[in-house]
Amino acid sequence: MLQGNFKILSNKKVGPDYFKMAVYAPRIVKEARPGQFVHLRCSDSKQPLLRRPFSFHRINKNSFEILYKIVGRGTNLLAKKHKGDKIDILGPLGNGFDLKHPTRNTQSATILVAGGMGVAPLLSWAGKIVNSPESIVHRKKLYVLIGAKTKAGVLCEKDFKKLKAKVFVSTEDGSQGSKGLVTNLLKFLLSTIDHRPSTIYTCGPLAMLKEVARIGRDLHIAGYASLEERMACGVGACLGCAVGTSRGYKLVCKDGPVFNLQEIKW
Amino acid sequence: MVNLSVALGKLKLNNPVLVASGTFGYGQEYRDLVPLRKLGALITKTITLKARKGNPPPRIAETDRGMLNAIGLENPGVEVFLQEKMPFLEKAGIPIIVSIAEDTPAKFAALAKRLSKTKAIAALELNISCPNLNKSNLIGQDARATYEVVKAVKRTTKLNVITKLSPNVTDIVKIAQAAEEAGSDVLALVNTFFAMAVDLRTKKAKLGNVSGGLSGPAIKPQALWMTRRVFKKVKVPLIGMGGIMDTQDALEFIICGASAIAVGTANFVNPRATTEIIAGIQKYLRKNKISNIKKLVGTLA
Repeated sequence: MLQGNFKILSNKKVGPDYFKMAVYAPRIVKEARPGQFVHLRCSDSKQPLLRRPFSFHRINKNSFEILYKIVGRGTNLLAKKHKGDKIDILGPLGNGFDLKHPTRNTQSATILVAGGMGVAPLLSWAGKIVNSPESIVHRKKLYVLIGAKTKAGVLCEKDFKKLKAKVFVSTEDGSQGSKGLVTNLLKFLLSTIDHRPSTIYTCGPLAMLKEVARIGRDLHIAGYASLEERMACGVGACLGCAVGTSRGYKLVCKDGPVFNLQEIKW
Repeated sequence: MVNLSVALGKLKLNNPVLVASGTFGYGQEYRDLVPLRKLGALITKTITLKARKGNPPPRIAETDRGMLNAIGLENPGVEVFLQEKMPFLEKAGIPIIVSIAEDTPAKFAALAKRLSKTKAIAALELNISCPNLNKSNLIGQDARATYEVVKAVKRTTKLNVITKLSPNVTDIVKIAQAAEEAGSDVLALVNTFFAMAVDLRTKKAKLGNVSGGLSGPAIKPQALWMTRRVFKKVKVPLIGMGGIMDTQDALEFIICGASAIAVGTANFVNPRATTEIIAGIQKYLRKNKISNIKKLVGTLA
């Protein structure tokens, strides 16, 4: 974990309100794992005051990328930054996804379920699952389900396809893929695939995560979610980003952001 | 070379820059980011006799130039604190001030007694902004209750006692004087302001606890004014705080009467704030040919 000013390599619009920013930060990527995050200062002024957390979208050799949506003052300022600008970054933070997660064998499927911006951490994780020598997940058995409200909100479909994952899309208005919620798509997939899934990894809106947790519990499939919560320090000092779990309140910034789906009190 | 050392009662600090309770955990959380040895002192997250689980989330909300928090004194309790958090703090090489809170004078005294046995603890900060002294007020909103808590602790311990005042009062001077009269060696001010924020879309309060404490640059002018008022009316040294983000903010508090200052919310925004402020104060003194920081305290024209 370190704090420093790093150079922005690019900051591109990738959808209606969606941006992708690449930052040159060898010292940060050296330690970084998928599922971890960085805490950025969107402005040097006192407004907005607090840093903003973003998960690693891609981890490259000397740089990393974040994927973000303009939702308020902070992300608005972030979108105005240019190539060559410096940005104050704290990271890498949090626990990240773990390849040693339970109940896996080479015959079972791994399913990633993303809702909206939930693709952000799952892309770097998919890359690790597919490319890491320690990983025993067969790339032909990696399924990625992407859900969004409309076609414009479906992100990273091509990126996941490049990893040779099996990608399925659902939109609430039916403008792309199957019509409805991504959790319905998950239920459908689970009823049709012939090899038993071992693990689900998910990120997205709370209601979606809750439903994924319920499905996982009913079918005895292990699952992990990357959670979001309002955050101040990012390092476990302020105790602001608490989430209720079966082990009491835990911190999204330090104990997470990745949690076992079954330990969260939804 | 300028002299940055300050005395807060019996407590001697190498420099006047502290980290405020609740904004720096138990030190360990910032070990990779801040050279702890450089700090004037570290004030821990508040400890209570028994573990407290804290308030339901969301516990944080950002506001204009500030933030709200409603953590609810989540802490592992004094015994776990001593076992698990104190060993790291003992090695930090700076004075460790333990913030404590309870709801009665007797329980405050019990905590003070337990902590007096640990050599590495330099002082206690009484967090009297915690709810309920057998009534619906904060202890720090009632001069008599404040007096009783400080007195009970002073009777129990030889440790330096710092009383942390609440700004949510009609006259902070009255509370400050009650704490001084009861023997408080130092006063710290201010704690956060009661406040709330609303999510218009859901029509819900943004905090799970509905109300919380406001901190950050938004409260600085009020905190400065209270520091000034208390400085004029009490003799004990003051630790000033409330929205200090940089060197200029820190110097303003010192000029208004604070012998030392504490950095709180700024730690979240810029973990280097404290070390930058220490260097900045040094630079200011040198530039203005002031040999000793003490000569600057309370010099408001």
